[in-house]
Amino acid sequence: MGHLRGKLLPPALAIVFSLLLCGVALIISGANPLSAFGAMVSQVGKGTTAVDILNSTGIYYIAALAVAIGFQMNLFNIGVEGQYRVAAVVAAVVGGSIALPTGIHTLVIIIAAAVAGAAWAAIPAILKVTRGVNEVISTIMMNGLAIGLSAYLIRRDVFGELRGNNIRTAEIPESGWMPGISFAGGGTVFGFIFVAIALGVGYWIMMNKTRFGFELRASGESSTAASAGGVNAKKMILVSMLLSGAIAGLISLPELLGRDHTFSLNFTAGIGFSGIAIALLGRNHPGGIAFGALLWAFLDKSGLALDNVGVPREIVTIMQGSIVLSVVVAYEVVRRFELASEQRRVGRELGTVGGAA
Amino acid sequence: MITTLEEKPHIPAAPRKRKVPGWAVAMLGVAGAIALLSITSMQTGFPQLTSSGTTQTAVRLALPILLAGLGGLWAERAGVVNIGLEGMMIMGTWGAAWAGYQWGPWAALVAAVVFGSLGGLLHAVATVTFGVNHIVSGVAINLLGAGLTKYLSTLIFLPLSSNPRQSPPVQSFDTFSAAGLGDWLGELEAGQLLFISDVAGILRGLVTGVSPLTMIAILLLPLSYFLLWRTRFGLRLRSVGENPHAADSLGVKVYFHKYVAVIVSGGLAGLGGAALVLNPGQLSYLEGQTGGRGYIGLAAMIFGNWRPGGLLGGAALFGYADGLQLRSGGETVLALVYGVVLLLGVIVVWQLIRRKWFSAAAAIFVAVLMYLLYISLDEIPSEFVSYAPHMVTLAVLAVASQRLRMPAADGLVYRRG
Repeated sequence: MGHLRGKLLPPALAIVFSLLLCGVALIISGANPLSAFGAMVSQVGKGTTAVDILNSTGIYYIAALAVAIGFQMNLFNIGVEGQYRVAAVVAAVVGGSIALPTGIHTLVIIIAAAVAGAAWAAIPAILKVTRGVNEVISTIMMNGLAIGLSAYLIRRDVFGELRGNNIRTAEIPESGWMPGISFAGGGTVFGFIFVAIALGVGYWIMMNKTRFGFELRASGESSTAASAGGVNAKKMILVSMLLSGAIAGLISLPELLGRDHTFSLNFTAGIGFSGIAIALLGRNHPGGIAFGALLWAFLDKSGLALDNVGVPREIVTIMQGSIVLSVVVAYEVVRRFELASEQRRVGRELGTVGGAA
Repeated sequence: MITTLEEKPHIPAAPRKRKVPGWAVAMLGVAGAIALLSITSMQTGFPQLTSSGTTQTAVRLALPILLAGLGGLWAERAGVVNIGLEGMMIMGTWGAAWAGYQWGPWAALVAAVVFGSLGGLLHAVATVTFGVNHIVSGVAINLLGAGLTKYLSTLIFLPLSSNPRQSPPVQSFDTFSAAGLGDWLGELEAGQLLFISDVAGILRGLVTGVSPLTMIAILLLPLSYFLLWRTRFGLRLRSVGENPHAADSLGVKVYFHKYVAVIVSGGLAGLGGAALVLNPGQLSYLEGQTGGRGYIGLAAMIFGNWRPGGLLGGAALFGYADGLQLRSGGETVLALVYGVVLLLGVIVVWQLIRRKWFSAAAAIFVAVLMYLLYISLDEIPSEFVSYAPHMVTLAVLAVASQRLRMPAADGLVYRRG
């Protein structure tokens, strides 16, 4: 019971704290926080919002899984942002330039995206393994380069074409699309959402039921103990980084295969950083991450309703930021509290043993 | 017993005695860089490489990087990794615009420092008091900084500028130029003499259109050096970054020094944001204006091996590449590749003299690659030039990461007890 409380209390505290904080911010800016939050909740039932939330949850879920694999062994893959951007361009270019039967075409695009993401992650991984370069710095640099590379690849003299005011890659033919589940008037659920769910299940099995997952977690708990137990640290870094990059490569596919069918300037950026926040919120647990992704998606999509009640919807971004920061603080405070009570308990028991002797 | 026999006693290498003082090395480096640029500009026929206009733009673009890098230096010297520089810089841009359009440029500077410091304070509370992982806190602050400024802009700037992504125009500083000196240097620059014209061009760029902010930023660098390396306070601050437990046992207030360092760090990053807002070409807050410059500042600091002099070199290099592209496009930047080939040639000769055959061979290999790049391309695609700092940083890290030395306790969570 106490175990569960230690896990659920911090996120609950963080969300309440962030709600209060944003409520105060709203009151200061002259708005009614209750009507604002009410508008957000009632927005879920309107139009395509519920389906949008579901779609967005799937995308965030993949992003957070990619980050979580690195986190499991204290590897900070800040580069998810760049990895999925590069993968998106490569997948769009590959998908738009080949003609294959339905199904196989989609599969080739998915593989291309995963390989591109892994390749982009391989550079910092190799630098870390061979030259000892800190992965945080190198992945940040790779993020910058990814923006440059994607901008270059969609130039009109490379792979891009001008359509209206927008520069984009050639459209993927229909054989490469992934069908979704359509609700008349309620929007379409991306088919790739089911891939996201499968990824979550696969992640859970890998972490808890395989040798690789055990070695990954062992390296995260204590790298010295793991290497004493025969775990090859360099191999673990390389494999987990590539795996993280490959999953990161899939982030843009729900939109690419299910709606956009092209990479354009309207590309949704910033999901990689949200993924970091969600992985932290969910403590790298597939269930926790699902909850975090849902919360993020709800805040994103329902926030659109705020404009109707005269509140800038960017308050949602503040709420997300403060949730991350307060949840990590809350986890730390709870951990310290439990550590202290554990020490008190041990001390008490030792004290009684000492008194009896 | 056997294990102890096998262990070789670790003898720390005796520090090499420096024959030449640091400032002389720096002067030589600057002279060498100018000579290299001057030869490159002569060989490739691009006088823009050392023109006063390029230098002026480079200085303007290097300022935010320099200030962010200084912020990183303060925090990391006290052992706190500050990925949140970007977020603090964003808060600085907003603060500068908000105060700047109402009360002028000096108020903009003050507000930028205050806003940036608030970000720093938040980072300090999370990392120092609550022991949150530094990277995690930094990422959160970047998210928070971006969200907060977007919200505040919609709330405050939208009614004034009818654009939620932009502030009303901000008053700029009066710039001043050394008129007589500038004219004389201008004549020299126009003379097209090897080296002398190049030096004149660069100097003219440095003394023309100088704003008070430029002066402040340039002065903050030696000031930071003096405070961190020449005072008792600085020694304590750096000791906290090297070994907080030892520092604590000697009575140094670890938490206090970390707090001061991180708050100063945020203030400097905020000032870097003000440098963007008060840039003569722009003069307002724009969403996404920082464009990752906080990260580049961090990169410049790493490039400079956590030292102020090296940081200045990194900021100058990154600002220069950016400024060159902005002033004269990708062709001129390609000329820089030629310069790199020349530089590698010097390195090859140097390594051959030192009989380091492997390094020499590696340098020859890279030089040939770069030369092939130079003759096969017409220009460097503009998409990549803005990311030259990223590539340089990756290259430096890959080649020299063994020689870089960051503070020993950098990024570790310290808890008293």
